[in-house]
Parts: sequence; structure tokens; C-alpha cells
Amino acid sequence: MKTNDIILQTATKVIAFVIILFSIRLFFSGHYYAGGGFVGGLMTSAALVLIMIAFDMKTVEWILPINYRFLIGIGLLTSVSTGLIGVFMGDPFLTHYFGYFDLPILGKTSLHTAALFDLGVYFVVVGVTMTIIKSIGESE
Amino acid sequence: MIEISKIIVAILILLGAFLSLVTTFGLLRLPDVYTRNHAASKAATLGIMSIMLGTFIYFYMEHGHFNSRVLLGILFVFFTAPVSGHLISRAAYNSGVKLWDKSVRDDLKKARENSKSTR
Repeated sequence: MKTNDIILQTATKVIAFVIILFSIRLFFSGHYYAGGGFVGGLMTSAALVLIMIAFDMKTVEWILPINYRFLIGIGLLTSVSTGLIGVFMGDPFLTHYFGYFDLPILGKTSLHTAALFDLGVYFVVVGVTMTIIKSIGESE
Repeated sequence: MIEISKIIVAILILLGAFLSLVTTFGLLRLPDVYTRNHAASKAATLGIMSIMLGTFIYFYMEHGHFNSRVLLGILFVFFTAPVSGHLISRAAYNSGVKLWDKSVRDDLKKARENSKSTR
């Protein structure tokens, strides 16, 4: 019998956007409030898994054509190179810097290199979670 | 904090807790999967939404803190709880869970027999 998933698929089209937006918000609020790269990455991969459940694996590959194993490498490289900035400036490894900048739309914003380290953590968490789930789901 | 808003917050949170209690009674006392699912996915959704609305009004009036995540949570629960209830109920029907022996109508079974005979 052919099954009919139209309620789940229509709900997923709306809910996946809400989950991804909330995960980005969690990622950027990590410095001053609860959140950070780990939770944000887990929530992004949760949205991808929801799309994977409602549609199938090929739809997710069509939406986001990324090899998630490369994403782990990119994340680790980002975190290590953020630590190496301190070495090149003559300070110990993993020294972080911050400053206040006048951005065109956002106005006076404090930018911190710890956010780049967190971005690496985010990529690693998304990559590891999606690699685990895809490799378990594909083995028949 | 305005006194009327205190009363509204108290009413909303107590109503939400009462609806959650009604949900547990429904889960314990109703006879089969479908009626229990009916109780769980309706009353609990309204109860949680009412508690969250009370929390939002409390933090807005008492601390002047507009917490948009709570409003997003209300919208999210309102959107996802009926869908999950529908999916659980459909999975139960497709795996052959029987209806309560005193139930009188099964339109889905009739519709399936019709679609089988026309094919």
C-alpha cells in the first residue's frame, strides 16, 4: 500500500526553518546567555534529521550537497587556526582577542575571536552527528 | 506590577496545570490507543500553551523583559503537537491496533476496502 505523508511533509517545511533559525540564535547568544556552538550544532543537525525523516536521504543531499566528513575537518582546522592567531601575535597558544568595531548596519559591535573557535565547534558537531546518523541509516 | 495582570497570570497557570491533570486522567481511564491519543494531544497542548502564556505575561509585567522565545515556543507546540498525535495514531492504525470493542464506526477501513476494490 502506498503511504501518504503529506501532513508530516507540510509541517516539516515550516518547522525546519524555525529550528534552524533558533539554532543560529543559540550559536550567537553563546557568549552572554545560555547556548553556544555545541547546542547550536546539535539543533541544526536535528533539523536536517527531521527533513531526512519526512522526505528521504536524497532530498537532504539535494538541499545541502556537503560531504559531512569534510565538515569535521573544516571545523577542526578553524579551531586550531584560531588558536594559532595568538602564537603569531607573540602570545601563548589559544590567546583570544576582542575589539569594538563600527559595522555599517549593526553599529558598534564587539567582535571576539572566541566566536570563530565556537564556529569550529559548530561545524565539528554538525559533521559528526550527520556522519553517524547517515552511516547508520545507509547500511542495509 | 499591575494587580489585574497578577490575577490573569495566576488564572492562566492554574488553568494550564488543571488541563495537564485532566490529560493524565484521560490517559489512565480511556479504553484504547485512539481515545488516549485524543486526550493527550489536545488537552496537554492547550495546558502547556496556557502555562507558557502565563510565564510570558509574568516576565513582561514584573521584570519588563519581552521574552520572544516563549512566544516562539507557544507557536511551536501549537504546530507540532497535533502533527505528532496524528502520526502516532496513524502508526497505531497501520500496525493493526484494534479499536475499542464498543466503538461503532470505522470509516478508514471502509475507505480502504473501496480503494482496494476499485484498483
